[in-house]
Amino acid sequence: MFKIVTKEKLCPVVDFFKIEAPAVAKKAKAGQFVVVRIDEVGERIPLTLADWDAREGTVSLVAMQVGTTTYKLASLNPGDYIMDLIGPLGVPSEIDNFGAVVCVGGGVGVAPVYPIARALKQVGNKVITIMGARSKDLLFWEERLNSVSDELIVTTDDGTYARKGVVTEPLKEVLERDKGISRVIAIGPAIMMKFCSLTTKPFGVTTIVSLNSIMVDGTGMCGCCRVSVGDETKFVCVNGPEFDGHQVDWDLLFARQRIYCDEERHSLELWKAHHCQHS
Amino acid sequence: MEGKSKPKLDLNRLAMPRQDPKVRAKNFNEVALGYTHEMALKEATRCIQCPKQPCIGGCPVNIDIPDFIKAVQDNDMPEAVRILKSKNALPGICGRVCPQETQCEEVCTLSKKGAPIAIGRLERYVADWEREHSSELASSPNPPPSTGKKVAIIGSGPAGLTCAADLAKLGHQVTIFEAIHVAGGVLMYGIPEFRLPKAIVQGEVDYVKSLGIEIRLDSVMGKLATVDELLGGGYEAVFLGTGAGLPMFLNIPGENLNGVYSANEFLTRVNLMKAYLFPEYDTPIKIGKKVAVIGGGNVAMDAARCALRLGADEVHIIYRRSRVEMPARKEEVENAEEEGIIFKFLTNPKRFIGNEQYWVTSIECYEMELGEPDASGRRRPIIKEGSEFTVEVDVAIVALGTTPNPLIPSTTIGLETRKNGTVVADEETGKTVKDKVWAGGDVVTGAATVISAMGAGKQAAASIDAYLKQK
Repeated sequence: MFKIVTKEKLCPVVDFFKIEAPAVAKKAKAGQFVVVRIDEVGERIPLTLADWDAREGTVSLVAMQVGTTTYKLASLNPGDYIMDLIGPLGVPSEIDNFGAVVCVGGGVGVAPVYPIARALKQVGNKVITIMGARSKDLLFWEERLNSVSDELIVTTDDGTYARKGVVTEPLKEVLERDKGISRVIAIGPAIMMKFCSLTTKPFGVTTIVSLNSIMVDGTGMCGCCRVSVGDETKFVCVNGPEFDGHQVDWDLLFARQRIYCDEERHSLELWKAHHCQHS
Repeated sequence: MEGKSKPKLDLNRLAMPRQDPKVRAKNFNEVALGYTHEMALKEATRCIQCPKQPCIGGCPVNIDIPDFIKAVQDNDMPEAVRILKSKNALPGICGRVCPQETQCEEVCTLSKKGAPIAIGRLERYVADWEREHSSELASSPNPPPSTGKKVAIIGSGPAGLTCAADLAKLGHQVTIFEAIHVAGGVLMYGIPEFRLPKAIVQGEVDYVKSLGIEIRLDSVMGKLATVDELLGGGYEAVFLGTGAGLPMFLNIPGENLNGVYSANEFLTRVNLMKAYLFPEYDTPIKIGKKVAVIGGGNVAMDAARCALRLGADEVHIIYRRSRVEMPARKEEVENAEEEGIIFKFLTNPKRFIGNEQYWVTSIECYEMELGEPDASGRRRPIIKEGSEFTVEVDVAIVALGTTPNPLIPSTTIGLETRKNGTVVADEETGKTVKDKVWAGGDVVTGAATVISAMGAGKQAAASIDAYLKQK
């Protein structure tokens, strides 16, 4: 059992959690993820680490309410426990002094981008961060990202805050403007990562994406998370979650993310009906 | 005994009641129902208590089989339990999933007459009797004096549980580290409920815990701590019982389409995550109308029979060799056939074909023929050129076997592994080439049986104990 010590609403459907997991916190590195299971009947889902604190013995997760598990998680409060938290899993981000890098975070992807940007900044990179959301009320951690970036560009799709548009537009401009950029890290919805990869391709800049496939165990046992990267089958859980965005078969990833669309909807409807009755 | 006339041999090996195939094909309840008390007594009485006792040698954990059967004959069930458990911490599991026909029962003296004692069924009966009478039985014997030595065991499958139980009985302080959220390894995620009820596994895990063993769940070793960190952190020996958890794929076109599962994923969803109870449980599974399972081992049978129980109209097993080469237990093949699983022998997939939504719709297959025996001793399957045909499916399950997870070997300096990922360890003792590290079970042999893993756990426990004592 893992105790929730802090909960903070970042925007209407996105919550921040600090959870007691001292052993995981001690080993965690930027880019890694954990698998969580909320209760006895729960599903195992992966969540990329938003932060951790080895001294405090906590890991931080940011979760958007999309399915039964994330709704269940959002219904919990400080002092409550989640059944399981397993990690740190996956290969950590490659952190090196690449010179100048661009970190792109879209939607909840802003959360896992933060520790990576911080680590890249700490080793001496010039960090340009682009963060985007659909709308102003879905934006969070602008200050936090700003604190680890040399330059921060914010976009909203609908123009309710900062620059109107999607993240690929400033990404392209930065690459045109600054020929010294040697690496782009993009984390967000799969469609955003695909278009970031397409944007950087003509510039020949290495583009790392963190894939969010469906997983069960998260340790290489089931192969549910398999993706095609450069015509090779890879397991996101143990070979990733980060891959070369120019090599990823995006259409396959999109399809595999939708395997259980119908079942997920059904499960969530039942949970909501049940939960409303009892609260 | 000279001069006495030989007792008449009773060659009527007693069958065990099973659920009707038509009924059981639609539920996840246990197929085999077990002996009644009268049946157990009757079957036990057939044992002639021969002096040679070949059955003991046939058992990888050397259970005193004639003695426990004698106790059943005498209707002294607590004594039967005591004898069984002195060698085997997991009798309810072994009684169900051991391939007795190639072990103790194969060498039974009555086997020559075609009617070996049903040792497995008796073992199962005794284990089940104990569980049902646990409240009347004396609690576990007093713990042995502590040696003060700490041993870490990685993996809580059959090898790890057995090694842990034996070490704890010798007074060592044992901690098991388990990567997932429940102990039992393949017994929980792999073998289906209808062959091995999970309550029975957990009952035997609880017994192991009652010996004073701590099981730390949700602990992925290699990530949370390396083997060297364990050794530096107070553990004096480490046993690797991490199994063979990595699924093999065919590596043919279309294998990543939606609806194509590894058997590991399919079975993990069904058994561990209880997807057969979706939406009561949150983990979903695709219920196919036409399902094909590729492979001929026990895992293929398990996957096919799960698919049928989930509600598939038709389930095919596609196997590249013929019936006689199938590695699955005969009993499981018969069970599958009775339930209506369709076998397609001498057939091998060429590619998976999908629709625009990336869902698998069919498998293009080759017809095969058998050539000369290969390295495995079985006749090599050869493609019949131009024989391609398609099998329509909406779910396909690849059950080709598994290899060890590289998590531990890749994070442990000084461990020797083979090309197939298995860890090199001494056959007799389980000792690896790395100081203070032992290994046993599927991680050493590649995917094998529960009981052989238990045998390896036992041997390693003896070797670890000897090492700790001379330290």
